[in-house]
Amino acid sequence: MATTYEPILLRNVGVPNSWDIDVAIAHGDYQALPRALREYTPEQIVELVKNSGLRGRGGAGAPTGMKWGFVPRGRREKYLLVNADESEPGTFSNRAIIENDPHQLIEGIVISAYALEIPTTIIYLRGEFALGYRRLAHALRQAYERGYVGKNILGSGFDTDIIIFRGAGAYICGEETALIESLEGNRPMPRPRPPFPAAQGVYNLPTNVQNVETICNIPLLINKGLEWYTSIGTPPRNTGPKIYCVSGHVRRPGNKELPLNTTLRELIYEHSGGMIDDRPVKAVIPGGASAAMLPGDNLDITMDFDTLAKLGTMLGSGGVIVMNDRTCIPCAVRRIEEFYNHESCGKCTPCREGTMWMVKLLRRITEGDADSDDIDELDRVAKTIGFGPPNITLCALGDASTSCVTSGIRLFREEFEYHARTGRCMVERVLVPT
Amino acid sequence: MLSEETVQEIRAALRRYPRPRSAVLDALRAIQRQFGYCPPEALTEAAEILEIDANALQMLVTFYDLLYDHPVGAHILMPCKNIACYLRGADEIIAYLSRKLGIAPGQTTPDGTFTLQPMECLAACDLAPVMIADGEYYGPLTPERIDAILAELAARPPYRGEPVIETRPGTAVNGGGAGNGGGDGHDL
Repeated sequence: MATTYEPILLRNVGVPNSWDIDVAIAHGDYQALPRALREYTPEQIVELVKNSGLRGRGGAGAPTGMKWGFVPRGRREKYLLVNADESEPGTFSNRAIIENDPHQLIEGIVISAYALEIPTTIIYLRGEFALGYRRLAHALRQAYERGYVGKNILGSGFDTDIIIFRGAGAYICGEETALIESLEGNRPMPRPRPPFPAAQGVYNLPTNVQNVETICNIPLLINKGLEWYTSIGTPPRNTGPKIYCVSGHVRRPGNKELPLNTTLRELIYEHSGGMIDDRPVKAVIPGGASAAMLPGDNLDITMDFDTLAKLGTMLGSGGVIVMNDRTCIPCAVRRIEEFYNHESCGKCTPCREGTMWMVKLLRRITEGDADSDDIDELDRVAKTIGFGPPNITLCALGDASTSCVTSGIRLFREEFEYHARTGRCMVERVLVPT
Repeated sequence: MLSEETVQEIRAALRRYPRPRSAVLDALRAIQRQFGYCPPEALTEAAEILEIDANALQMLVTFYDLLYDHPVGAHILMPCKNIACYLRGADEIIAYLSRKLGIAPGQTTPDGTFTLQPMECLAACDLAPVMIADGEYYGPLTPERIDAILAELAARPPYRGEPVIETRPGTAVNGGGAGNGGGDGHDL
């Protein structure tokens, strides 16, 4: 039950000095690692993760166990790459973990590295994370000093290293192949797949790419066991806890760690204090700006991977952006599209040119210099770029840039018409009191 | 043109990763710590140490939001303009900053104290409307809070980014020597 769940991944948020190793140990970190090394073979941990149903928390929701199955066995040069370049609009859960409980991430990495026989893990940390960098780097240094990372970890004979690599500010680096290019010192543009990173990733060597929150599920799985884990959420495909990042017009925005069968209504009204000024929900973007928006009239959906996919959107990164009835949808869509246009790396023509066209059309629509045909044109451009078949861009940014446009027009066409005709918002936009 | 300290930082970066190519962003940050931005002559010198083409470095500087090919202010104000902050008044916050400083987004105040650089999502939507300045988050922002923050920042030395923290045993905590330009007074 959503109401009785006690946070685990975020348990140390708000604990004073929670990033310090002694405090972290006192609050439950590094309990799973000795057990993993002593009681499990690497293969058994891979099996455990496969059986848990854990799916990647970064956006795509791929089963982690399946991805782990692609990693070639045996100790050789290969990499675990932790994607900590959190930059999907509306998402702020990784930052919470990195700043408040970096040891949980380090512990998850070491157990994963043991399971996959990985000699070196690289954490790609978002360049803007300054506090996160200071805390994570100090935590890692402490973990080395205490023998949780490095040579002969806890006397087990297992060696593994962790390196922090800092980005320098680019949304595209959250995309795994662009991230690898960035790490290799190149201009970060996505690579064609195949070859997939599992075969040729960092330095063209086999690489398993995982999100921060996903990795933090591993110690939890060891500590609490398979039976507990699969009882959370909706087994078999939507198990475990999920950190929902709730933002927008709710009273208490923030990270809400809950089972994967929490409804949107519970998320907004039980866990986020309801809507500011008790205004109605007009629309919700359920999984970061790349996810299609949902209308506010169906709040009883469960916020899991499969339910949201059936509704034509996605859980994505878990960034739940809530909009009230005074939100101007064309203006909001324009803002999101300007973001994609800025962040398009420019490698693929449909994304580079298409996001520019969509922004131009949205500017004309919001400024009242457009008509119905322009709205059709906008919709057509979006549908040309995004969500093939065929896939006409190398990475998901192309698809992602179209979600807000097509869903916005489908749900709120009359607002686009009004804006195109008059240059004014159909709703009276009101500033949120802060 | 590169100081001995910057050269040492670049050499330390070359040892930090499994392949030397991965050192480039740390090298560019070291240059920015010395100059506040990445002057072309500095890139040429760094390229020699890194054994790569200077143009390749220049291409990275123009790609990333946190690297600058021109001088910027001592304190860069990065208000978020993305959707979650927009819903909570980011446009008004950016307009207020712009009015108060007398500069448009992207510009630097004539005295070189502040640069206004609106950013895309900063992964801090719970603090919306939010901004980063000198590596710290400020939010939720109001005009009154902004007045106080600007006064506080103006009194500080220039911020040149976070110094490197070496993480492996047997290395000094600060990789490039102690006396880095920025990050003074920051605790964990």
